[in-house]
Amino acid sequence: MSRNSFLELHHISKRFHGVQALQQVDFSLQTGEIHCIVGENGSGKSTLVKIIAGVHLPEPGGKIVIDGAVQRDLTPARSTQMGIQVIYQDHSLFPNLSVAENIGIHQHLETGRALVNWKKIRQTAESAMAKIGVTLNPNHLVENLPVADRQIVAICRAIAADARLVIMDEPTASLTRQEVDALFRLVKDLQDKAITTVFVSHRLDEIMEIAERITILRDGEKVGTYNACDIDDRKLSFLMTGQDICFQPIESEYSQEKTILEVDRLSKRGNYSDISFSLHGGEVIGITGLLGSGRTELALSLFGLNPPESGQIRLNSKTVHLASNWEAIAAGIGYVPEDRMTLGLVMPQPVSSNITLAVLDTLVNKLHLIDPIKKQQFIEQRIAELNLKVADPEVAVNSLSGGNQQRVVLAKWIATEPKILILDSPTVGVDIAAKMGIYDIINHLASQGMGIILISDEVGEVYCNCHRILLMRKGRLAGAYTPSEISEYDLGQKINAS
Amino acid sequence: MRAKAIQFLRSAEFYLLLIIIGLGVLLTFLTDGFFTLENLFDILVSYSFLGIMAVGLMVVLISGGIDISFTATATVAQYIMATIIIKLGGNWLIAFLLPILIGIGIGAINALLVYYLRVHSIIITIATLNLFYGVLIFVTRGKWIYNFPDWFAEGFSLFEVETADGTIYSFSLSIIALLAVIALAALLMNRTSVGRQIYAMGSNMDAAGRMGFHLLRLHFFVYCFMGMLAGIAGVVQAQLVQTVAPNSIVGRELEVVAAVILGGASLAGGAGTVLGTVLGVTLIAVMQNGLALLGVSSYWHKVVIGLIILASVSITAYNQKLEERRHARIDV
Repeated sequence: MSRNSFLELHHISKRFHGVQALQQVDFSLQTGEIHCIVGENGSGKSTLVKIIAGVHLPEPGGKIVIDGAVQRDLTPARSTQMGIQVIYQDHSLFPNLSVAENIGIHQHLETGRALVNWKKIRQTAESAMAKIGVTLNPNHLVENLPVADRQIVAICRAIAADARLVIMDEPTASLTRQEVDALFRLVKDLQDKAITTVFVSHRLDEIMEIAERITILRDGEKVGTYNACDIDDRKLSFLMTGQDICFQPIESEYSQEKTILEVDRLSKRGNYSDISFSLHGGEVIGITGLLGSGRTELALSLFGLNPPESGQIRLNSKTVHLASNWEAIAAGIGYVPEDRMTLGLVMPQPVSSNITLAVLDTLVNKLHLIDPIKKQQFIEQRIAELNLKVADPEVAVNSLSGGNQQRVVLAKWIATEPKILILDSPTVGVDIAAKMGIYDIINHLASQGMGIILISDEVGEVYCNCHRILLMRKGRLAGAYTPSEISEYDLGQKINAS
Repeated sequence: MRAKAIQFLRSAEFYLLLIIIGLGVLLTFLTDGFFTLENLFDILVSYSFLGIMAVGLMVVLISGGIDISFTATATVAQYIMATIIIKLGGNWLIAFLLPILIGIGIGAINALLVYYLRVHSIIITIATLNLFYGVLIFVTRGKWIYNFPDWFAEGFSLFEVETADGTIYSFSLSIIALLAVIALAALLMNRTSVGRQIYAMGSNMDAAGRMGFHLLRLHFFVYCFMGMLAGIAGVVQAQLVQTVAPNSIVGRELEVVAAVILGGASLAGGAGTVLGTVLGVTLIAVMQNGLALLGVSSYWHKVVIGLIILASVSITAYNQKLEERRHARIDV
C-alpha cells in the first residue's frame, strides 16, 4: 500500500535558554501510519511534539511541511486546523463537564456562536463515539469516569475536531493490560479511517506490539527511524541509552534462617483476602498483578495505613497490630509510595529537608534543637550513598528529574534505617538509565540485610530484582515463583491471564 | 426527564431547599411574624443587593478565581453616582449606567492584575479592596450622603397590589434588579458559549489554554461581570436605605462568600449554579431574619453563620469520602 506523506519536518532545532533541546531533526509521517517516538527523559520527545502542535516555533532554518504545504510560523490554532490533535498525558479534559460537552467542546470556540446548541453538541459526541465504536453515557460527568474511559473521551474529542493526526503522550502509563489492548484496537480503527497515530512512550514492550515505525531520539538528536520488524527490545534500549543494558536476575544470596516478617492469612473485605507469606533478611520479594489486584492495599496494611480485618502480621516472630504509619516506622518498616509526587515528597522544599524529614528528631543537640552540623553531615552521607546527582542539596525537589526524585524518596526512608522496605512501583515515569540506578540501590540494600518488598506491574522489573515473586489476582495470592523456575515470558502470561 | 429528577434529588441544591423549608416551618411555629407577606417581602427587598453580588461572585468562583473587592467596587460606584445625580441632576439611565461602567472599570483592573501577575486572585482582590476603599475614604473623608433627588428617593415599582388592611406590595426596584440579574446569569452560564468556557476554564485552566480558549478575554469577562453586578448592587442598596455611607457595604464580603459556598460553588473552581447561589443567599437571609425575630443578639448571627458553613462543608467532605470509597471497591 503506497501512502502519502502527511507531515515532514526538516532540520528542526530548538534551544531554550541556551540548552539545545533539539538539533537538526528530520522526521516524517505517512498518512494512516502508526509511529512511535521513543527516547529517555530529556531526549527532546515533548519538544518535538510541541513543535508539531505549534506550541513552540523551531529555530530559523527548520522547515515544517503539512499536507504538502510549507508552514511558516505554525500556531496551535493553525496546527489544529490542519487536523493535528495532541492528547497529553493528563488528557486535558474538563472533569466538571459531561462526556458530551467534553467531546464537543470545540463548538464553544466557534466564532460567531454566542449561544450553545446543546443538541448539536450531543450529536457531535454521539457520532464521534460511533465512529470508533465506543459507547459511553454522554450525560455522565467526566470526573466520575475511570482513567481508561477518560482517555476514550480525549480520543473522541480529537476525532470530533476532525483529527487527521492524533499524537498521544504516554497513553498507556496508567492503564491495565486489558485497557491497553482496547486502546490498541482503537488505534487500528483510526488507521482504517486514514488517521495517523503517534505514540510518545518509553514502555518498550508495548511499543513493539503496535508500532509500524519507530523514531528514536537521544539528547535532542535523532538516532534513526526504524521499521518495527527490524528491531527488538534490546536493540531499542541500546539505541535509546547508548549503553548496552542487560537485565540479569538478582545474584545476591540471603539466609533462610532469619525470618523478619510473617504475614498470616491476612484479609480485608473488598481489598484482599487470605494472604500468607514470609520475608527473610536480605531477601527481595516481588508482588505483582494487574492494577487493582489488591497489591497496593496489602502494602498499605503492612505500613499501618489500612488496618486488616483479620489475620496476623508478625515481625521477628512477634505479633504486631499496626494501627498507624508511626507505629510501622517505629517497628522498622519503610514505605516508598507509588505516587511520589503526592505521598513521598514535599515538592517545593529542598532536597536536604526532604531527606531529613523522617529523622529530624535524631539530629538534635542537647537542647533538642536541630544541630546544623549533624544535619549537614547526615545529608552529605546519604547523597553520596545513593549517588544522587544534585548540584546543591538546597535545590527544590520539583526541579529534579523523575529518577533523582525517586532517589530522594529512597534516601528519606533509608534514613530511618528500616529493616523492611516496601517499594510500590518505584520506577514509574523513570527512564531506563535511572531505573538501573534504582535497581542497584535495591540490590545494595538487600546485600546489607534489609528485607525488601517490591511491588510492580512491570514483569521485567520483578523478574530481575526479586528472589521470589508473588502473583496477586483479584485480592488473592495466585502463585509464588522463583526466577530460576519460570521464564520472564511465562510470568508475563500468568499475570495477564485473568 | 426521570434521570434529571433523580439527579436533582441527589444535588446539593435539593438538600439546601429542604433545610430552608425546615427552617421556615420551624420559624413559622416559633414566631408570629415570620410567615407573613410583609416579612417575606421585607427579606426579599433587604437581601436583594447581597443576592446580586452573590451571583457575580458565583461566576468568579466558577472561573477558578475569587473576588473579595466587590464591596469596595459597589461602594465607590454608588458614591460617585450619588454625588453626580445630586450635584448635576440625572435620571435612572445615568443612575444605573454610571455605576455599571465604574464596576466594569474596576473589574478590568482586577482581571489584568490576576492574569498578568499570576498571583492568586484572593491576594490581588484583598489588595484592590483596600486600595479602592482607602482612596474613597481619603477623598470623601467618609462623609455620608443624603438628600437624593425626588425621583431617586421614590424609586419605581411594578404590579402594585393593595391588601385588605391597606398595605401596598409591589415589585420594587430591588426585586426587579435581583430577578433581572438572576435571569441574566442563568442564561449566561447555561446557554452561552462564554458561560460554558468559564466552567471549563475553572476546572482545568491548563487544558483550556491548550484548547485555544482566550484566557485573558475570559478573565476580563468574569471580573468585569462581577464589577458590573457590584455597581448595580450599589445603586439598589443606595436606593433602599436612602443614604450612601462608605462603611455600610464593605465588611459584608465574607457573608456573600459564605452564601455562595453554601450554594455549592467551590473555591477550587468549576462548580456552582445560579439556583444554588440563590438558595445559599436565601438560607442566610432566612436565618438572620429568624434570629432577629426570636430576639437573639446580632452577635450570635455570626456564630450561627459560622456553624452552618462548617456543617455544610463537613457534609460535602464526608460525601466525597464515601464516594471515593465506593470507587475503590470497584477497582478491586
